[in-house]
Amino acid sequence: MARAVSAAEVAPTGYAWQVEARGLRVRAGRTMAVDGLDLRLGRGVHGLLGPNGAGKTTLIRSLATVLRPASGTLEVLGSPVSGRVDLRGVRRALGYLPQDFGYYKRFTVREFVEYMAWLKEMPKRDVPGAVQRAVERVGLADRADDRLKTLSGGMVRRAGIAQAIVNDPEVLLLDEPTAGLDPGQRVRFRELVQELGSDSCVVVSTHLVEDVAAACTDVVLFDKGRLVFQGTPDELAAAGGPDDVGDSPLERGYSALIGEAGRW
Amino acid sequence: MSEHPTADSIARYASGDDLPADVLWAVEAHLESCETCRLRLADVAPPQVTALTAVVWAGLEPTGAPARRRHRLARWATPSLLPWLAMTAFVLLAALSLDWLLPTSGVSAAVLLLAPIVPVLGVAAAWSRGMDPAYELVVSTPRAGLQLVLRRTFAVLVVVLPALLAGGGLVGASPAYWLLPCLAVTAVTLALGGVIGVRRAAVAAACAWAVLVIGPAVVVGGVPGVLAPGAAPVWAAVLVGGAAAVVFRSAAYARL
Repeated sequence: MARAVSAAEVAPTGYAWQVEARGLRVRAGRTMAVDGLDLRLGRGVHGLLGPNGAGKTTLIRSLATVLRPASGTLEVLGSPVSGRVDLRGVRRALGYLPQDFGYYKRFTVREFVEYMAWLKEMPKRDVPGAVQRAVERVGLADRADDRLKTLSGGMVRRAGIAQAIVNDPEVLLLDEPTAGLDPGQRVRFRELVQELGSDSCVVVSTHLVEDVAAACTDVVLFDKGRLVFQGTPDELAAAGGPDDVGDSPLERGYSALIGEAGRW
Repeated sequence: MSEHPTADSIARYASGDDLPADVLWAVEAHLESCETCRLRLADVAPPQVTALTAVVWAGLEPTGAPARRRHRLARWATPSLLPWLAMTAFVLLAALSLDWLLPTSGVSAAVLLLAPIVPVLGVAAAWSRGMDPAYELVVSTPRAGLQLVLRRTFAVLVVVLPALLAGGGLVGASPAYWLLPCLAVTAVTLALGGVIGVRRAAVAAACAWAVLVIGPAVVVGGVPGVLAPGAAPVWAAVLVGGAAAVVFRSAAYARL
């Protein structure tokens, strides 16, 4: 039987940018963690870089439609997500890996990813295949039927990545995804992210400059809730001079742009 | 939609034969919008094309066999709801033993007084950050919001109502007294939850019930007027009003 692509897959997109924020302000508790952000993200891998407390997690959570922006506009896949609107269409095309993600310890990897696929309203007949594929892509196929509580921290994080990519998201949001991965897994993860970034918008929040150098096509430097710099890794490296602090060109560029805020 | 192209023009389009430009454009424009004709095109694709697409589809296929799924219960209640169920059973047991220890004349009080508020406590537990470890993951999914709130509320009611019926039957508290108030309080809690968050709404409802109904009933004794069968029409109206408010404000539940 021949297969044909569905109407949804050949439909043209109705937006210029996967993520577009104008004057975005998002509150995290009492502080305004994202304060007047203008940002446009298209296809590719975007490394969200900034010192601790810069507002990276708050920004990712508002992109994931978990937090409601205090003011400004935020459009994901061309539809506004700032007001009291129906978010289901946008959420179906999202993949999100939170920084500390909780899970049900008694679930196996497969049950966990299947449950998330169900929550993402994937068509019933696609779920078993998509789950198997996601689990294979993160290299957990041989542990797919083990309970999550028996896995190591790095494996749990890979299960988290599997649930984020199970629905082939248009916008994939990964908050500190490389924490807890060993060097070999990190390399494999970067390959996977590059692969995903070739046809979707991947936002990776990190504080590791080497992650950005290896995997990202675009760097978003973020401090005190504002955009400091957006450009390619090469442009970030070019911003740094020999006098700036750091061991690599990217680190020198980072410290040149962030300045005193990056130190403690 | 335009008329479907002939089998011949689709075959020629697939094989890359010369087609008049106007036919070519018409076929192409039609294929973009017609899934049936895309399938017809796929059926007549020449071997070199099918070989290529087969390789691509094979690359997308999972290599292992997908296994059967279990844990369907999670669709109705979070797995972390079990401790809450134990707590509910304990509360009901406490109410029952209270009724046995302090025999009152006529209708028993404790089970009756607690019955309308027990599901509300369950609803709070079903939708709270503290009790659902995967909360952060769940709230970013399309099913989060009213649908999941209702599913979990339903799960709570399915467990709690039979328990209340059994407990009430033991001490002689007829469901005629508490069933409507029970459902009405749950509906109002959900409606209020759309504004201030389900957990806060449940706490508010529980406190209001304790102060306005349980307190006076303990002081005065007997069955309070709000639980008398005569109040049923009022409770029915409250139930309908609460349910309507929930339906009309369904978008508000997307971000709780």
